Amino acid sequence: MNAPVKNPVRLRVAVHKFSSCDGCQLALLNLGEDLLTLAGRIDLVHFAEAGPLDPDTDVDVAFVEGSVSTPEDLERIQHIRQHSRLLIAIGACATAGGIQALRNGAKGAEWVAQIYSHPEAIASLERSTPISSHVKVDFELWGCPVSGPQMLAVVNSLLLGVAPRDNADKVCTECKRQGYSCVMVTRGVPCMGPVTRASCGALCPSLGRDCYGCYGPAENANTDALAAQFASQGLTPQAIVRRFQSINSQAPVFLAAADKTRMSGHE
Amino acid sequence: MNEQKRTVAIHVPVLTRVEGEGALDLRIEDGQIKELRLRIFEPPRYFEKFLEGRSYTEIPDMVARICGICPVAYQVTAAQALERLFGVELDPWARDMRRAFYCGEWIQSHSLHIHLLAAPDFFGCDSVIELARIAPEEVRRGLRIQALGNELMDLFGARSVHPVGIRVGGFHGSPSLSRINEIREKLRAVLPEAEALIRWAASIAVPQDDQAFVSVAMQHPSNYAIERGLIGVSDGLRIEAEAFDAHFAEHHEPSSTALFSSYHGQPYLVGPLARLNLNHARLPEWVKTLLAENGLALPSRNLFHSLVARTVEILLALHEALRLLDDYRVPDSPWVPVTPRAGVATGCTEAPRGLLWHRYEMDGEGRVVNARIVPPTSQNQGRIEEDLRLSLLNFGLDHPDDALRLHCEKVIRNYDPCISCATHFLRMNVERT
Repeated sequence: MNAPVKNPVRLRVAVHKFSSCDGCQLALLNLGEDLLTLAGRIDLVHFAEAGPLDPDTDVDVAFVEGSVSTPEDLERIQHIRQHSRLLIAIGACATAGGIQALRNGAKGAEWVAQIYSHPEAIASLERSTPISSHVKVDFELWGCPVSGPQMLAVVNSLLLGVAPRDNADKVCTECKRQGYSCVMVTRGVPCMGPVTRASCGALCPSLGRDCYGCYGPAENANTDALAAQFASQGLTPQAIVRRFQSINSQAPVFLAAADKTRMSGHE
Repeated sequence: MNEQKRTVAIHVPVLTRVEGEGALDLRIEDGQIKELRLRIFEPPRYFEKFLEGRSYTEIPDMVARICGICPVAYQVTAAQALERLFGVELDPWARDMRRAFYCGEWIQSHSLHIHLLAAPDFFGCDSVIELARIAPEEVRRGLRIQALGNELMDLFGARSVHPVGIRVGGFHGSPSLSRINEIREKLRAVLPEAEALIRWAASIAVPQDDQAFVSVAMQHPSNYAIERGLIGVSDGLRIEAEAFDAHFAEHHEPSSTALFSSYHGQPYLVGPLARLNLNHARLPEWVKTLLAENGLALPSRNLFHSLVARTVEILLALHEALRLLDDYRVPDSPWVPVTPRAGVATGCTEAPRGLLWHRYEMDGEGRVVNARIVPPTSQNQGRIEEDLRLSLLNFGLDHPDDALRLHCEKVIRNYDPCISCATHFLRMNVERT
């Protein structure tokens, strides 16, 4: 597989970090020897964790990890957009605000005061928000974290000059393909697979456990039916809300499902 | 460069090859350091707050998200703290496999740090990609070892970043014997490469930088402490995790979104070198011989030995994983049932970067009332500043700005700071007047 791409286009690529755990950048840094092959095909112009530092040069593609959560982030994301032909948001933080968006709606200032003795020195926005709340995003890659194969598929598409493809289908479809028995049916565990976006390879069911929604909502997710199923399995409304309010709490479909459960008056 | 009155102001707005966002301000006036501050400005993510109200069943998956590089450390620490409170006795299989899983993370994280973050400094390179042009075989070897660490994590967690295998009470699933046999072969095959890695790391010329400092690491009577043991200090103190607060304190300084820790009021070191300093007597004889051959005398007072320390721990972790996977059997159940109870769950383990301490107050339903997490990098923060000050004086303040800046970055990278954990990345501002 080392044959050079015919008429190769050397993509100029930047990787930027916002509020995050750095786990999606690892989709590249954990590629093993493939990282060197990749580096032979693209120009990594900016990737601070890996070394190259040049946030100001124009690039073909900017991969953005992390959510917008500080006043400085608001300016930085605009700057990145202006210097990038394509902007691709990677991971739950960049596509939905991340686990840290669980603070949205909470009393952020009080939290700061409870943790830090100099709260005035902490520059933090009330809400943690996805990249698309601030600038045009050309493509979103969901997942907490995104995987190496997902990232390589996007880079390969771009190298070939075609639009990256996305799998917005449900985790259930991956379970069926892999031949895993349904954990909800066979073990009665409250699995998020029926409403969660595919691409992880149904990792949780492969271990006999419930999907917890880390890839965000699938297309046409029937959260009403799933919430009803959870209730019939004995989950309290609070527990159902927590199922939808976790890694991707601010993804509109999961947020609405949680709100609806709350509004049903049981919480 | 020879005038005494030179004032230097170095600003490194973005320190690269660290995990997260931070900066350094250095101001030198009349040949003296007037200001030296490590600033961590990784946005706070408030984990301790949003864990409140969450069920114990959710905690391992949530705390993993603190750090993409050492999620297993967070998961195991939390699970063990809760198991202790709930009076859960793990199956010996689960105990052993937790340790093997944790070895995978040490191998992955250390190898990533050595090759991608730290080593380029010592070869005048900006990145591993450049380093691969000078030292292709060494870099490829490192990437292979890193990949094997990831594979070991995949085995128990289905993926290495935010693995999904740990539950309170054990694991969700268990790998098949054939997969275990496959990885054992790979682990065995890589051992000579890991020994060669130690020799390579030991051959890299590093500054002689002798400093006095306190080392803090877990200690265990019968093995090299990773996931179990007491907290040990180089002055002889040995305490249980519950007694942490009686000896260690955290405070906030306006320059940082990570809290600073101190031991009886002074900075201290956690991480690979602290662990070797406290536990070198317990190393197998052949490892001692290997170290002696490569000129590493322990305990060491030179933080630049951290690089070699990581290579030693990679070899130890590979051997340990092999030992644990010997005579592997698929368990009847990978987990035992858990009944929550109210109280305080405290626990600690040795994350790749050092001691990681968790405390959860739980209600009778198994929900978090409040949580506190003390990650390794915030514990090292005070020590990094102290080290920079001493190390710069030893290096000589008359060097050109670029050399000062590079030296500071090397010092900081010795600690492999994970600023995402501590809340990660460095901006350095040096002013000279």
